[in-house]
Amino acid sequence: MNPFSSGTRLRDMIKAIRACKTAAEERAVVRKECAAIRSSISENDQDYSHRNIAKLMFIHMLGYPTHFGQMECLKLIASAGFPEKRIGYLGLMLLLDERQEVLMLVTNSLKQDLGHTNQYIVGLALCALGNICSAEMARDLAPEVERLLLTRDPNIKKKAALCSIRIIRKVPDLAENFSSPATSLLKEKHHGVLIAGVQLCTDLCKVSEDASNHLRKNCTEGLVRILKDICNSPYAPEYDIAGITDPFLHIRVLRLLRMLGHGDADTSEYINDILAQVASKTESNKNAGNAILYECVETIMGIEATSGLRVLAINILGRFLSNRDNNIRYVALNMLMKAISVDSQAVQRHRTTILECVKDSDASIRKRALELVFLLVNDTNAKPLTKELIDYLEVSDQDFKGDLTSKICSIIEKFSQEKKWYIDQMVKVLSLAGNYVKDNVWHALIVAISNAPDLQGYSVRSLYKAFQLSSEQVSLVQVTIWCIGEYGEMLVNNVGVLQVEEPMTVTESDAVDVLESCLTHHSTDITTQSMCLIALLKLSSRFPPSSGRVKEIITTHIGSVVLELQQRAIEFNSIIQRHQNIKSSLVERMPVLDESTFISKRAGSSQANISTEKSNQQLPSGASLKLSNGVAKPAASPLVDLLDLSLDDTPVPTSTSNDFLHDLLDVGLTNSSSSASGTDILMDLLSIGTPVQSNTTPENGSSIKAKPNTATVQVVDLLDGLASNGSHPGAQSPVHPSITAYQSSTLKITFSFTKQPDKPQVTQIHATFMNLSSEAYTDFIFQAAVPKFIQLHLDPANSNHLPASGNGRITQTFTITNTQHGQKPLAMRIRIAYKVSNQERLEQGQINNFPPGL
Amino acid sequence: MSTGRLRTKAIRELSSLILTRGPKLCNFVEWKGYKAVYRRYASLYFCMCVDQDDNELEILEIIHHFVEILDRYFGSVCELDLIFNFHKAYYILDEILIAGELQESSKKIVARLIAAQVRSAMLLDWGKWAINSK
Repeated sequence: MNPFSSGTRLRDMIKAIRACKTAAEERAVVRKECAAIRSSISENDQDYSHRNIAKLMFIHMLGYPTHFGQMECLKLIASAGFPEKRIGYLGLMLLLDERQEVLMLVTNSLKQDLGHTNQYIVGLALCALGNICSAEMARDLAPEVERLLLTRDPNIKKKAALCSIRIIRKVPDLAENFSSPATSLLKEKHHGVLIAGVQLCTDLCKVSEDASNHLRKNCTEGLVRILKDICNSPYAPEYDIAGITDPFLHIRVLRLLRMLGHGDADTSEYINDILAQVASKTESNKNAGNAILYECVETIMGIEATSGLRVLAINILGRFLSNRDNNIRYVALNMLMKAISVDSQAVQRHRTTILECVKDSDASIRKRALELVFLLVNDTNAKPLTKELIDYLEVSDQDFKGDLTSKICSIIEKFSQEKKWYIDQMVKVLSLAGNYVKDNVWHALIVAISNAPDLQGYSVRSLYKAFQLSSEQVSLVQVTIWCIGEYGEMLVNNVGVLQVEEPMTVTESDAVDVLESCLTHHSTDITTQSMCLIALLKLSSRFPPSSGRVKEIITTHIGSVVLELQQRAIEFNSIIQRHQNIKSSLVERMPVLDESTFISKRAGSSQANISTEKSNQQLPSGASLKLSNGVAKPAASPLVDLLDLSLDDTPVPTSTSNDFLHDLLDVGLTNSSSSASGTDILMDLLSIGTPVQSNTTPENGSSIKAKPNTATVQVVDLLDGLASNGSHPGAQSPVHPSITAYQSSTLKITFSFTKQPDKPQVTQIHATFMNLSSEAYTDFIFQAAVPKFIQLHLDPANSNHLPASGNGRITQTFTITNTQHGQKPLAMRIRIAYKVSNQERLEQGQINNFPPGL
Repeated sequence: MSTGRLRTKAIRELSSLILTRGPKLCNFVEWKGYKAVYRRYASLYFCMCVDQDDNELEILEIIHHFVEILDRYFGSVCELDLIFNFHKAYYILDEILIAGELQESSKKIVARLIAAQVRSAMLLDWGKWAINSK
């Protein structure tokens, strides 16, 4: 005997493990045992392999890795004795799963065992195959299993039938092979075989239309007879459960009948009687009886039943719903979900009971009931249902609030017929559970408010009131801040008071108080604070007397450690102090957000939203930033976005998903006066004048975002500011020096210019591309885009292969016509695409150093 | 994630879901799109995970069917029986379920099959012993 082999018996090991008091002790014991098992396996110790695998299984159940024992299982399976095979197969089923490749090695052993003379060994093989075979193995061994379906031994027959179920689940194509053996199984008397056979037929129906038809034609009669027999059978001790003979068989047959009768009027008619008999005769005082009734009702709902039968079913449903047993009620709610499509009136009648279930102490029942309520909502009952649900929201459990809130919000959105009701309900929900409300929901609320000018005053006042009571709900706070910022003067001057409102006076200082308190109380929430700052800026314009106080508040954040807040504070402070002349236009009322585009964009832009969030993450503060007016900041360099004149089909992701919220600065920047001093307003604000590739001042509280492919006049005006320092009035010299249009570490582009004296507007540009890297570029494509007043015509390049290290060049010519020659300089945005070692690269740039006079 | 880790994670999640439920609540818990049906016997919980369209009440009966057979085999089964003879418990389970479906509704037949296999195993063992002791 091997001196290192584990002398402990299985039960000793289990005792030792159970005696451990700490996890570390247990790990030590397990480690020791595993080591002993490993050495025993490597010594090829036959006597102890049975025990080793048993130990390994126990260790595996505890959660430790045991893959070193897998091959041992295979060896045991291949050995001749029954007990070895048995433990080997069990080890196989526990320690392996169908994803492991080792499993394939068992196929041969399985094949032999399937043909063994010992029926119990055949049984072992069928069991293992039926529990974990992969699709490959299923295909290989299907013929053996088919053959076994026809043996005489009921034990093997039933195992083969269940094994076949797994085979057709893994390889549905094989279903047709099993069709006729399955039907012959239904003629058996043995209950085990019948149960397995009926189950096999059910799975065949799910997988194959043909099998379904075949069974419908040939087996319906037989099935009904089986059901009748067991329904009417006298007491049979072997199969009796709670006074019913073999409820399992009852249930399976009922399910198969459901599949056969579904959509087929003849079959449905044929089985009508037996269903009625089962539904009325079955006793419902024990679980077994109720299980049968449940299945029966499901079947009645699933076929083309007569109205009498339906009434029977609905009655059972009603009884279940008012049963005190929680299991029965749960099951009843399930049945009701199916019943809605069949007879929704009947289900509506139970609405009150269902609402009670939403408030039940059992979490599973609450969940079911809520789903059911959601299906029941229609235009007539939406209002009372919403009221009930919101009332419950107040008292519901924390873990349920999330689900409940999202369902309520969906209902409100779907079924609101008047804006006022919608706003009221949303304010209530936000007050009760604002922290569970998703962002897109309160964004929708803002869109709705901005589209309802007559309700804006009412909205801001309701929100103000709600805020006084529930200021810890973040979404409520955010919506309130936005509304106070936008509609502050309506709040204070009681604009648009509705009949139902109670009179209320809010002073300017009260409104500013709200914002100030938000800044202090929500000091950890960057989004809220950012929104507060811009709302304050708006108020400093809408409430001129409070401007001083607003400025003080904003100034306190100049030293904020959060970059976003610091930047906003400084910029807004600067606007208030030095730029009063444009302040009011900056913070004018937001343009109305188009609701229909918003809704459709939202429906289709969940993908884009994700990318927006991601791109927003790149911003320094890391929070998902939205400007208070909702404009998402472009992730790319703002200058590149500004022109956005590219030939790209795909605009910057941020612009699609948040397009619906217009940019703030839709204002008249006509006075883009390029003052001689370096502090050009626009240059300050828009951080123009920085080179394209740098990201020195990425975001700005009021950045312009031109819509893709619409170069407005204002945009070009900005370019004026750009080139203003360099513009020379007067005649252009005919000699235009070449420029390095673009240079990066990997690429250099030079432009040289020719003009004909009689066509001052036209310039020919000769571009030369040089590869500065050490690898050659292929598929080299150059693209350019220009403002609207310029026309561009590109000639083809002389090649699209650019050798490395400047060893060769590509040249390309294009012609530019400047329709505003003499008034506006050239500007161009370029994009170069090429492949390096089969990887695609893209470089983009802006050319703003054209010589003057082009 | 490896199968082993998935398995441990699933067991941990389900256990915490089920063990925290009070005694009067229904025996069904929804988990990851499946339904977990459980039944408590003294300090032991038997839990089965099924699809949405399975009959929960029947699953309760199947659990009880299994437990009664265990009871008959071990003679008043207790938790320790299952711990020290887990492989036998699995052999019994293999006579009741295959491919997740019910195999035999008669407790008598299951008991007979188990006994026959035990005899079969013993016979072969005796044979080996007889050969070795020569």
